[in-house]
Amino acid sequence: MPETQTGLQRALRHPLVWPVLALVVLLVVNVVAKPGFFDIRMQDGHLYGNLIDIVRNSAPVLLVALGMTLVIATRGIDLSVGAIAAISAAIACTRIVGAGDEGALTTAVMACTYALAVCIVLGAWNGFLVSVLGIQPIIATLVLMVAGRGISMAITDGQITTVHNTWFSDLATGYVLTLPIAFIIALGILALTAVLTRRTALGMLIEAVGINPEASRLAGVRSRTIIWTVYAFSGFCAGIAGLVIAANTNSVNANSLGLWIELDAILAVVIGGTSLAGGRFSLTGTLIGALFIATLARTVNNIGIPSELNYLFKAVVVIAVCLLQSPKARSAFRVRRSSGPGSPGSTAPALVKTGSAA
Amino acid sequence: MTQMDLQPAHGPKASSDADRPVIEMRDISITFGSVQALSEVSLRLRAGEVHALMGENGAGKSTLIKALTGVYSIDAGTVLVDGEQHEFSSPAASQAAGISTVYQEVNLLPNLTVAENMLLGREPRRFGGINVRAMNRRARATLESLGIDVDPTSELGEHPIAIQQLVAIARAVDVEARVLILDEPTSSLDTDEVAKLFEVMRRLRDQGVAIVFVSHFLDQVYEIADRMTILRNGRLVTERMVAETTQLELVKLMIGRELEVLERLDRKVSARTADESGVPVLRAVGVGRKGALEATDLDLYEGEVIGLAGLLGSGRTELARLLFGADSTDTGEVVIRSERRRLRSPRHAIDRKVAFSSEDRKAEGVIGDLTVADNMLLALQASRGWLRPIPQATRTKLVEQYLQALDIRPADPTALMRNLSGGNQQKVLLARWLITEPEVLILDEPTRGIDIGAKAQIQAKVAELSAQGMAVVFISAELEEVLRLSDRLVVMRDRRKIDERPNNDVTVGDVLEIIAGETREEEGPRA
Repeated sequence: MPETQTGLQRALRHPLVWPVLALVVLLVVNVVAKPGFFDIRMQDGHLYGNLIDIVRNSAPVLLVALGMTLVIATRGIDLSVGAIAAISAAIACTRIVGAGDEGALTTAVMACTYALAVCIVLGAWNGFLVSVLGIQPIIATLVLMVAGRGISMAITDGQITTVHNTWFSDLATGYVLTLPIAFIIALGILALTAVLTRRTALGMLIEAVGINPEASRLAGVRSRTIIWTVYAFSGFCAGIAGLVIAANTNSVNANSLGLWIELDAILAVVIGGTSLAGGRFSLTGTLIGALFIATLARTVNNIGIPSELNYLFKAVVVIAVCLLQSPKARSAFRVRRSSGPGSPGSTAPALVKTGSAA
Repeated sequence: MTQMDLQPAHGPKASSDADRPVIEMRDISITFGSVQALSEVSLRLRAGEVHALMGENGAGKSTLIKALTGVYSIDAGTVLVDGEQHEFSSPAASQAAGISTVYQEVNLLPNLTVAENMLLGREPRRFGGINVRAMNRRARATLESLGIDVDPTSELGEHPIAIQQLVAIARAVDVEARVLILDEPTSSLDTDEVAKLFEVMRRLRDQGVAIVFVSHFLDQVYEIADRMTILRNGRLVTERMVAETTQLELVKLMIGRELEVLERLDRKVSARTADESGVPVLRAVGVGRKGALEATDLDLYEGEVIGLAGLLGSGRTELARLLFGADSTDTGEVVIRSERRRLRSPRHAIDRKVAFSSEDRKAEGVIGDLTVADNMLLALQASRGWLRPIPQATRTKLVEQYLQALDIRPADPTALMRNLSGGNQQKVLLARWLITEPEVLILDEPTRGIDIGAKAQIQAKVAELSAQGMAVVFISAELEEVLRLSDRLVVMRDRRKIDERPNNDVTVGDVLEIIAGETREEEGPRA
């Protein structure tokens, strides 16, 4: 009996417990509201249903959040991802429109490659500001967050550019092996990130730089290169997200594409358990965080929250999740519960060792 | 070896009123998860007495102090204030009972002024705002009464750690505490500052304050403390009068069986002279940095240990940092294996097989949230670059090898670095550098604040490495240690090298005389 208890306790201490729990609760709420929520059926040769929509819609946020996870792990933040996504989409769309054969596969591939190359350069620019010039990340990336919108407007001449290229549209709406291509791309980048960080020493060095930059420097870690790499990677991820978003509507609106996606991405990272103070990061956590955000968006429609209360509802849920993850809030809750009537002995406080002022 | 006399602290004669403690902790037990940090430990603090809390790292000193200051909650046992039972559920409750603490790591706010730090949370007010002038006045008065020469309006972070420490003590004193806890207050202070601190402590003691003093320096304990409580492995060993206990006895009580380690350590005297015919492994030619070190020459040969002696702020750390490229030089150059080149970053030094372990273990060494294995392999991995991870088999082999060779506990590669004791962290950092197979090893205070067992092991390792041909620069505030280990002695003072000589029968007294040199006002050497 005690053994199962310690097993449970150990499981409860796993950092992914709370994000997973939050996601499950959210899904249960949906099923209660609409019992058919989990239904998935085959239609036109691919899977169809709410859950499929959720994973597809989670792709852009997941993509941006993957890059953001690494940036945050180095104690940084990248506010420019939304703008970079818009630039990426603007470049790809104008190039497709301007190409000789607008509908050809090579046109789409060339346009996307070109767009992503620019995004990597833009990410590297952020990395330059942060690692070489030593500008604080929030300010350094704010520059491109603002300027980037202007750049994408300039590229599209302030017009909504519409493209007609089925290959390009497939990025968002196509299916492979019955699953949405967008989600498969996001999973592919997740796998790539995982390999890049955990199969090489990059992950460990990123964490070292994020936890203690000075100690890392004295140990010979080239933190400048590492910081540069993660911002460039973040730009790359944001670029792919921009392509997926644009492909979804076959058009790019430089004003609104990817607007506020940086906030959703940061939220996904934080919900996934990576601390904004830098250091250890969890890519699986970020995946769960992105799925949570996409599920939340779907929930608003599903349980019929009036549209004017959308943002309020989202905020309340996010606060609840953050409280759930905060050890302080949890322990305060636990103390209150256990200090109710009929608990003379102090059994619970043993769990709470620090700062029990609450 | 010796059977411990575990006498209960609250014996039958705890009756006379004069002897009644201000604070009495009875049979305190604290567990963290499955770890029993304290087990039925008692502590009695009497007014007007300096009470030393003795024990090795991990003995439970810090835990006991944190229980007394309300940081940790107690699982079992009672705390009596003036004979009445109290519960210290928070630091505030403890402070209200008149208990003030200065922790080992200065935890003040470097971006605020000295006065703001001293009066933080109890600033004199006027018209609902802070009365800055009154605040500075009060801070100045307190500092002056303690003989600390600091401008209260200056920013705290501008001052060296030693001054910050004194400000922290001034802050604690300003509350007019009944119990003042000083946790390793002298670990960053030089002889003068220690003398000053002791002066303040004596004054406070005479005013009836009960002072808890925690220090690794036995001589300091014997100089200042009246009574002591000795802990080992989270248990109470005994309470003794300092005057009635010899140092040898004390050490026996503190470390139990490991005494032979200490004896071995005392016998080991290094008397080799390096082969100076060859080319130096490392040469410093007129190396200097503005405000840190005047132009200094130094030759380091294969297989020798150079001991850098000098007081805090004498330039010993600054020299070490310049040799490694941790700071950039303004003048001169570091020549490694005849290769003239300005060191622009630690990376340059590491690539040329130089390793440097900083004196500030916490800020410049430990990566707390990474595992012991990652911490050990960091330098090697960094020099390989991120694209070439160390193969798993090699990782395991290296980590296991050094966990054993340096006797690191717990011998668990997956343990988080921050959960290790200071001594074990230091050993992991030593391993980090040894794994890179350096030719030059610069150790700045590698044994500061760690227990005597770990200290002996690190010293033995240094001797062993130099015997194998490694060139070592060894820095320590403890002169005996420097003398025991080094083949050649370099004495620093006022940011320059003032003496260099082979270590042939040099005594602590000799070194102090060299340091005192020009102005002969040194008194009461702490070593």
